[in-house]
Amino acid sequence: MSVAGDGGAGQTLIRIRNLSKAYVRGEQFIPVLQGLDLDVRRAEFVALMGPSGSGKSTLLNLVAGIDKPSGGSIIVGGVDIATLSEGALADWRAAHVGFIFQFYNLMPVLTAFENVELPLLLTTLSRRERKAHVAAALDMVRLTDRVDHYPNELSGGQQQRVAIARALVTDPTLIVADEPTGDLDRVTGGEVLDLLDDLHRQLGKTIVMVTHDPKAAGRAERMVHLEKGVLVPDPAPGAV
Amino acid sequence: MFVLKLLLKNAFRHRLRTLLTMVGMIVAVCAFGLLRTIIDAWYAGAEGTSSTRLVTRNAISLTFVLPLNYADRVRRVEGVTGVSWSNWFGGVYITERNFFPQFAVEPASYLALYPEYILPEAEKKAFLLDRQGAVVGRKLANQYGWKVGDQIPLRGTIFPGTWTFTLRGIWDGVDARTDEAQMLFHWKLLSENLRARGGQNADHVGVYIVGIDEPNNAPLISQRIDAQFKNSLAETLTETEKAFQLGFVSMSEAILVAVNAVSYVIIVIIMAVMANTMMMTARERLAEYATLKALGFPPAFVVKLLFGESLVIALGGGILGMLLTLPLAAAFAKAVGTLFPVFVVSDTTMLLQLAASVTVGAIAAAWPAWKMSRIDIVNGLRHVG
Repeated sequence: MSVAGDGGAGQTLIRIRNLSKAYVRGEQFIPVLQGLDLDVRRAEFVALMGPSGSGKSTLLNLVAGIDKPSGGSIIVGGVDIATLSEGALADWRAAHVGFIFQFYNLMPVLTAFENVELPLLLTTLSRRERKAHVAAALDMVRLTDRVDHYPNELSGGQQQRVAIARALVTDPTLIVADEPTGDLDRVTGGEVLDLLDDLHRQLGKTIVMVTHDPKAAGRAERMVHLEKGVLVPDPAPGAV
Repeated sequence: MFVLKLLLKNAFRHRLRTLLTMVGMIVAVCAFGLLRTIIDAWYAGAEGTSSTRLVTRNAISLTFVLPLNYADRVRRVEGVTGVSWSNWFGGVYITERNFFPQFAVEPASYLALYPEYILPEAEKKAFLLDRQGAVVGRKLANQYGWKVGDQIPLRGTIFPGTWTFTLRGIWDGVDARTDEAQMLFHWKLLSENLRARGGQNADHVGVYIVGIDEPNNAPLISQRIDAQFKNSLAETLTETEKAFQLGFVSMSEAILVAVNAVSYVIIVIIMAVMANTMMMTARERLAEYATLKALGFPPAFVVKLLFGESLVIALGGGILGMLLTLPLAAAFAKAVGTLFPVFVVSDTTMLLQLAASVTVGAIAAAWPAWKMSRIDIVNGLRHVG
């Protein structure tokens, strides 16, 4: 089953073809994704939805380059990341992917500023340039008054905003978000989604977000549904 | 700079755990240093010897004496620059617990052969002129609060009676390796006393101290000396002063081997403790290391963080332990008095302490660093620390 984007080839950022992923546990072979095709256009905001175990997080991990497929190709910005070595994939992630996790995954011993600065250590930017980038990113998420706070001194929503700043500070081609509102209350979650919306609309970022929450998914431009490792057509309006 | 900051912050994240691990390191490095110093102290007699001195003793055993008339024949041996002699006295000062070595020596020639004993000229002169006089090392004088002019009574154990000496001088060692815990007095006093009591062994000496012109000639000169007395009633055995001293050390070699082994076992134990700490640390931070890898940091970065953190803790504790070893060694030396005439923490011991700290830090981090560098990002991100 395939749900390819409707954009032209020039607009396509992610092109997934015949993607499969399976895990082997002992003698058990567990297929998670099977023969999946998907296109994501540049500057598109896509929500991946589906029940638990449908393979949506696996798909997100594969697109983000933190997992390797069992078969098929994932071409992001013209690069088939399925063929990259571990080292090349790490470099690719550093340059092209911004991560937003459900539980923020901030370094507890670093301040908000330092957490946002972390990915910039992998660039050739000078210290001054790094500071400017971090300040701009924190400004974007409206946390300039919390730069010296440690994660445990911030609320969940603030921590997720720091994580968003960290995801966008390197100006990545792609932002992947795994249940970004999953650990937040509705109001704070809404604020985080507003931010993602801003990143998409104002900065033209391509965002792929996994969520269980239909309301969160509703903020995306397009919803992609997975069930038992295959893409299924969008349910009828109101069925969500 | 950022990495250094990160690893320092990580190192002190669990303050109590880090503190306890560092205390363990301090204790281990201190104990290691003290045990090494005890071993060094055992060998200090040999280390403080001169390569231009030989010791000639009775070939049968040290308990057998040599005739005094050997002195002239030894002096005539080619390569010999000076000859002196001494007898072990073995007296007791007040109680048996106050042990220190006393030697009856031929004073002028003995002091000439031991230039490392720095004795003021006036005190030396006073000692040479007074048959009842004695000189002691600074450490011994300090221990008993003796000053020049004091009377020192010794109860003879080998040579019966109470022997009272007048302290005529106190020598300082030329360096920290010089023995300052001995007492020297006139051999003639001993000899005359023995003669007065019946004459047995009155003209005999315990050992000859022989000065030589060139350390490289020591084997040849030793052979020449021993050849002089071949097939006599008292054949001699001549060896370097170092070999002579090592002969005493070898008597307690089993103890030294045990002490040496214990010193390294302590390091192995703290290494296991430290490795456990680092393994716990790494396990708790699995998700963080996975996040770093997801962000694009190479496995080497995680390795660097873990090694750095481990070295900070190990070296922090190790250096504090090294610094603490110095006052502890001084206190130990004071407590045991003249049991160890030379008890100094050597540069080699401090280097070994430093090397042990680095080794503990590096080995403790090796396994967790290897594991964490290979973690699967997806599984790591699922981990809740």
